[in-house]
Amino acid sequence: MRFVRAVAVVAAALAVAACQSKPPEAPGPAAAKPASPAAGDRILVGHVGSMTGSEATFGQSTDNGIRLAADQWNAKGGIAGKQIDVKTYDSQGKPEEAAVAATRLLVNDKVNVLLGEVASSRSLAMAPVADERQVPMITPSSTNPRVTKEGGKVRPFVFRVCFIDPFQGTVMAKFARERLKVAKVAILRDVGNDYSVGLADFFQDKFRQLGGEIVTDQSYKAGDQDFKAQLTAIKNRNPEAIYVPGYYTDVALIARQSRELGMKQPLLGGDGWDSVKLYEIGGKAIEGSYFSNHYSPDDPSPRIQEFVQAYQKRFGGVPDGLAAQGYDAAMVAFDAMKRASVPSGVALRDAIAATKDYPGVTGIITIDENHDALKPAVVLEVKGGKSVYATTIAP
Amino acid sequence: MTEFLQHLVNGISLGTIYALIALGYTMVYGVLKLINFAHGDVYMVGAFAGYYVATALGVQREPTLGKAVLVFLGAMVATGLLGFLIERLAYRPLRARPRLTALITAIGVSFLLEYGFQLPSFRAQAANLEAALRGWGVVVPAWLSAALAHLPDTFPPGPTPRFFPEPFERVDWTVLGGVHVSNYDVVSLLVAVAFMVGLQLVVYRTRFGTAMRAVSFDARTAGLMGIPVNRIISGTFVLGSVLAGVAALLVAGSRPRIDPIMGLMPGLKAFVAAVFGGIGSVPGAMLGGLALGLGEEMVAGYTSSSFRDGIAFAMLVVVLLVRPEGLLGRVTVEKV
Repeated sequence: MRFVRAVAVVAAALAVAACQSKPPEAPGPAAAKPASPAAGDRILVGHVGSMTGSEATFGQSTDNGIRLAADQWNAKGGIAGKQIDVKTYDSQGKPEEAAVAATRLLVNDKVNVLLGEVASSRSLAMAPVADERQVPMITPSSTNPRVTKEGGKVRPFVFRVCFIDPFQGTVMAKFARERLKVAKVAILRDVGNDYSVGLADFFQDKFRQLGGEIVTDQSYKAGDQDFKAQLTAIKNRNPEAIYVPGYYTDVALIARQSRELGMKQPLLGGDGWDSVKLYEIGGKAIEGSYFSNHYSPDDPSPRIQEFVQAYQKRFGGVPDGLAAQGYDAAMVAFDAMKRASVPSGVALRDAIAATKDYPGVTGIITIDENHDALKPAVVLEVKGGKSVYATTIAP
Repeated sequence: MTEFLQHLVNGISLGTIYALIALGYTMVYGVLKLINFAHGDVYMVGAFAGYYVATALGVQREPTLGKAVLVFLGAMVATGLLGFLIERLAYRPLRARPRLTALITAIGVSFLLEYGFQLPSFRAQAANLEAALRGWGVVVPAWLSAALAHLPDTFPPGPTPRFFPEPFERVDWTVLGGVHVSNYDVVSLLVAVAFMVGLQLVVYRTRFGTAMRAVSFDARTAGLMGIPVNRIISGTFVLGSVLAGVAALLVAGSRPRIDPIMGLMPGLKAFVAAVFGGIGSVPGAMLGGLALGLGEEMVAGYTSSSFRDGIAFAMLVVVLLVRPEGLLGRVTVEKV
């Protein structure tokens, strides 16, 4: 039996190793372009995104948004006569890869500004790198408060152009209580994900404050295949809606399995749902559910429609919220570069921090003293295999 | 009561999957005394083989019974072949070496499959290489570029999860006032029980099974008695791998997200189930799989879902402390 025990130890080691070991850096298709000429006459933007992995559409959409912004500036002659290059590395959806990619961009490629990541857990891995190297970093869509503020102290070089989770959780709680008029909600959160846990907590506080009741609080781990145990327990408490602040692949499976158990409640979620894959995997099961997001492509205002058309012309397909956030993050960075005395380092950081009333696609962006952007959120409903605008909720 | 019955159905449905994978572990262990750690990854390859066949046949547009059979056959052939190759290339050359050597090789094969499948597609890799060569000023001949463009662009699949089309239509039944059961649950359970009974018959009622048991008892003596040891071991691997392929399709059909590391957790859990039931014992694997599935389900359903794996595994530790040979395992005397 000693043998079997040894095997168990090896098995544990295997599990740990499989989670941590990383394959040799496989540069994405974008990274295969020949290196740019001397750094001095070009402006280099580094992007770390999940180009592959469970949240691949997050990275791809964001990258498209950034490239669209760079192209538009280059067409107008660049920044102070310098053309903009975008260099993208894949985080594969893993925090440790994101930190490696960020270090590589700052140390080897010497980028002027670092953009990324979408997921808060990965931005949290990149933020200390940016601070240490004194290169400004703008995360397009990481909503966890700790990304820009660690232990009560604002990170000097880290910014975001999106709202934060205390607000996003509040939005959905308000929407559920006031628009959907539900009183009993169950929560199903991804325990291993900073974003999901934060959002669930803020939702819970606000929903209770508005007089609602959280009937049960269940959890899962990203990558799980089977959610029926949690869903059966939830079903037994008869909630009127289920709040699932997770990422789209898990949410799609959760939606399917809840319908298989005969549950008809709408699911509610956050911007982590925003992907075409949600509708592909979720199919009919996800119809009639709601999620909070940064913008709606249905918005008729000319600024948004111009962006939607430019994006469609370049990449085909309607830009999702993450593409819009990527575009805005890059635009805020370029706008700051134009104002800064030198488009890098401390000067650039100060210029980004001074951003005020910038008209972005996802709203008017003003960077506050916590390096966050104050913006309204929209709520979208899943209908007919896509998301349609339901309402806007202001801070 | 309805809730309990629903948990029971869910737990059996989950346990059946563990049981099907555990059968493969237990067979290989029974014959070779080798823990085939790549077994969970063979399961993953089965899911992808089914995915490629299903995509080629257009199952997503209109699933038919004939196509479903082809998808299953395709996955079974692919995993059977993979099992044969793994044994032939990775384990057979090391069979005379200490067991630990083969075990480490098994872990190596497992990583090879997991990370190999996460690479970009061959066409993308070739394009990257070509661009890099151009960057260094190397001229790539036109015929070579043209040939490279014919490389598959969906294999290896890369780490992005794929959506697996349902091989046959899903039907949900409501029984006993609110318990939901689907035809996938029923088919999985029937398939698992059929395979268990079938394996038991193969092992105890056929010439192949007799030879398997002889090889398990003493491979060298069995060889001297005229039993083709290599062929018997190959056959065992193929049979175990085919079971993993079937399990993969039954899972992917109802939980339609597949990715290259999907075999990791089910593989580990099925291994635990096999040990729990008594490794080397066919009914033990079945029992262990069901017990683990039900344990997880009940823990998640009635206590906290965060402790799902923790409590389920703690129960297994307790059982193994009391009965180290597993529920249905035989006590063997270790010769020193």
